[in-house]
Amino acid sequence: MTPGLSTRELMFEAASRSYEDAGVDPRKEVQSFICCTEDFWEGISITDEYMPDQLGAVLKPLCTISSDGIIGLATAYMHIMSGIADVAVVESHSKISDVLNPDEISSFALDPIYDHHVNADPRFVAGLEMTRYLKDTGTKREYCAQVAVKNKKNGLLNPRGVHGASLDKDAVLNSKVASSPLTELESSKAIDGSIVFVLASAQKAKKLGNNTIWINGIGWSSDTPWIEDRDMARAAYAEQSAARAYKMAGVRNPATYFDLAEVDDTYSYKELQSLEALKLAAKGKAGKMVESGTFDRDGRLPVNASGGSLGVGHLLEATGLHRMLEAVLQLRGQAGRLQIPKVKKAVVQSWRGIPTATGAVAVLGN
Amino acid sequence: MSQKITSYPGHEITPEDVKGGKYLDVVYKFEPKYSWAAGVAISRFLAELKEGRIIARKCMNCKRILVPPRMYCEQCFRPTDEWVHIKDTGTINTYSISHVGTDARRLKTPILVAVVDLDGATPGMGILHNLGEVEPSKIKVDMKVKAVWKSPSERQGSITDIRYFKPIGAE
Amino acid sequence: MKNRVAIVGAGMTLFRRRMLESPKELSFEATRMALDSAGLELKDIESVVSGSAPDAFDGMHMKGEYLLDGTGGIGKPNQRVYVGGGTGVFTPIGGWWNVASGMYDTCLCVAEEKMSPLHPHPQYAFWSIFDQILERPLGTTLLWIFSLEMRRYMHKYGIKEEEIASVAVKNKGNAVDHPCAQLGAKITVEDVMNSEPICWPVKRLDVSPPSDGAAAIVLASEKVAKKLTDQPVWLDGVGWTLDSTHWTNRDLAYPEYVEKAAWMAYKMAGIKKPRKEIDIAEVYDPFDYKELHHMEGLQLAGKGEAPQMAVDGVTQRDGDLPVCPSGGLLGVGNPIAAAGMMKICEVFWQLRGEAGKRQVKKDARTGLAQAWGDLMQVGTVAVMRS
Repeated sequence: MTPGLSTRELMFEAASRSYEDAGVDPRKEVQSFICCTEDFWEGISITDEYMPDQLGAVLKPLCTISSDGIIGLATAYMHIMSGIADVAVVESHSKISDVLNPDEISSFALDPIYDHHVNADPRFVAGLEMTRYLKDTGTKREYCAQVAVKNKKNGLLNPRGVHGASLDKDAVLNSKVASSPLTELESSKAIDGSIVFVLASAQKAKKLGNNTIWINGIGWSSDTPWIEDRDMARAAYAEQSAARAYKMAGVRNPATYFDLAEVDDTYSYKELQSLEALKLAAKGKAGKMVESGTFDRDGRLPVNASGGSLGVGHLLEATGLHRMLEAVLQLRGQAGRLQIPKVKKAVVQSWRGIPTATGAVAVLGN
Repeated sequence: MSQKITSYPGHEITPEDVKGGKYLDVVYKFEPKYSWAAGVAISRFLAELKEGRIIARKCMNCKRILVPPRMYCEQCFRPTDEWVHIKDTGTINTYSISHVGTDARRLKTPILVAVVDLDGATPGMGILHNLGEVEPSKIKVDMKVKAVWKSPSERQGSITDIRYFKPIGAE
Repeated sequence: MKNRVAIVGAGMTLFRRRMLESPKELSFEATRMALDSAGLELKDIESVVSGSAPDAFDGMHMKGEYLLDGTGGIGKPNQRVYVGGGTGVFTPIGGWWNVASGMYDTCLCVAEEKMSPLHPHPQYAFWSIFDQILERPLGTTLLWIFSLEMRRYMHKYGIKEEEIASVAVKNKGNAVDHPCAQLGAKITVEDVMNSEPICWPVKRLDVSPPSDGAAAIVLASEKVAKKLTDQPVWLDGVGWTLDSTHWTNRDLAYPEYVEKAAWMAYKMAGIKKPRKEIDIAEVYDPFDYKELHHMEGLQLAGKGEAPQMAVDGVTQRDGDLPVCPSGGLLGVGNPIAAAGMMKICEVFWQLRGEAGKRQVKKDARTGLAQAWGDLMQVGTVAVMRS
């Protein structure tokens, strides 16, 4: 939490570090700035009003994409590919410490006429989904808890986070119920943070240095906004996004292609559901694979080696960028204590959170 | 509208229709609550207001004195360098007389609002505030004004510690 | 430019103070019309860009997600773009980069706004655009920044209120011929001068109304566009710029951000002398003085010279540079995001010769639509050619 800094000051810090890392002067060398924010998380209408100064974007093209950070990256990608920019910057942040009643705000994303009247913690949507997922896939309840155990343990190594912990499955299963069957320890908690990415065209990237990580494929998609209409067992938005990203990157066998995966774990069962949607595990099998250690740090395919949202903290719309950051550090060999050896191909996936069915997938390589 | 199209969708309704029950509606009150971190720059600004002073920040690169103060210069994109106290007098850059409140309801007494360029800051550095002790018809752009402060015990570290700006000297 | 992008269809709903339709239904109506006019089905659309301004009007968080079924976005890549009032012209720009980047061949762009749900008055939502600590405690309303800017503009160039009022007269008059218009009417400069002061110098007839409405267009890549229609309208130039948050540190008399956005679009479209090369302009006019202010930013008039052009009749429909032949926001209505899109639709129809009673006299080949937003900060510009 960062009560000493205002949101803008936080962003300035992130931006300064990012520009230093990339070696670009935003006042001269960046042609497009993209912010991923939602008004109600900020408490301001028209948040892009308060963005340009601290990013060096005054009197330059800046826009807001009201969506997850990875969709912001997709936008930057399109800006560069359309020729409108050579270098584009994407920013997203969470200043949850400024928000006094976040549950009320989350509830206001529910359909005002049909769903909003449910006077409960908005995570009831996750509870409904989890119940359906467990039933349809035959996944054992305890496998979800194992996700929390794995990620929180990984999180202990991550200097960026605060929710790392050494727990066993029973502790997770017996923690307070958020919305059955989901428990509190299986539900990630929001923290503050600001993340800035600098993207460049291939030509410009060659001039800027040798720490470049390539976006080989990117896809984003939305399923129906009606909670009642969805097939809750599947993360359809993730399936669709992955299909597009894989096609772009030429990935034919996702289950064996990647060295690292950072997938959504806003809630424990979401990691399993996402892994299946991304075809990193066959339907109904992700739970068993987590249990047997396939996705541990020293397993065949480390998943959320960073600790994920459960182990580090959730960053609202910036969550996607957080996972991208973790994957990029791994690909660069700069992940410190978290480093997984020989990472060359990574997949990153994000979800916008309840009650949406929107998410994105990016395929990265070094 | 294209001349090829003959009809356009949409049904207009009136508030009376809704009140009279002709159309169903759902009413709720949304109260998001926030406690915004003022941050380093504005926290100091507010603390100084409590003391009856206005403070600004200087960027040594472009030499501008910035108010409202900020920890980064948005033109040079670098951190600003030092705190500078400036005067509580200034010039009216522009002004207006508002007859409606925040929710569009008509006000009995109009609110006088202006952008005041403060003395001691780089020319053109203004802040938004109210005007007082002046006849609306006598206000002019480029008029010299001075802040009227609340008494020390009334001040809270808020922009409203200045009650308003009033004209000084001959017009 | 990599891939040329064309507008192949457009549609819009009525603009009214209060509509029965829900936001989803408004979006659907506009999108359906746009698809029909392009001769396409939803399955032919590869990506969707939606635009809608403050969520506060609907009292909903993540409004973009809620609208998805109405905007045709289920199962598709969606982006909701948002730059305050500039959103209406920025939405097609969002569609432009979807197609110009080569990612997609067709893109549906929808702008929707429903301001009426907010009680007691939609204007209340605008209080929350101001700085929480330094400005809101003063009891700010959106009208303040406009009236402060109007005052500054008038002061710097010696412009009279009557000159500005002529714009309201023109636009409301033009809107009489727009089938969707909320406030089309034949009024006089005297009517405007006598209307009650809201936030002096702004008077009631100087302002556009809050409205509900939606508008949509379909974009296609060159190869697809040529198969669909023999009258594509090319989106040849796009530009956008955002100025500093600290609006009280700027000289409000001139919108520099509009100028920068305009040049970005002009450069892309290969335009060097805007005043000569632009045949018709839909300039953002939430207030009458804004049309003049923006014309200068768009380089269609020298600084301080737009009022004379208006008074001389240059900007009338039969003039040398028709501005807001649709009737603009002042006449048709101002559902924030949809209003900007309405301007795009208008230029589209004008360049195709389909604007009926509103068709401008001159042979229009190159048109421009511009929107503005935020705290006197955002300029979004689109240049279109037939």
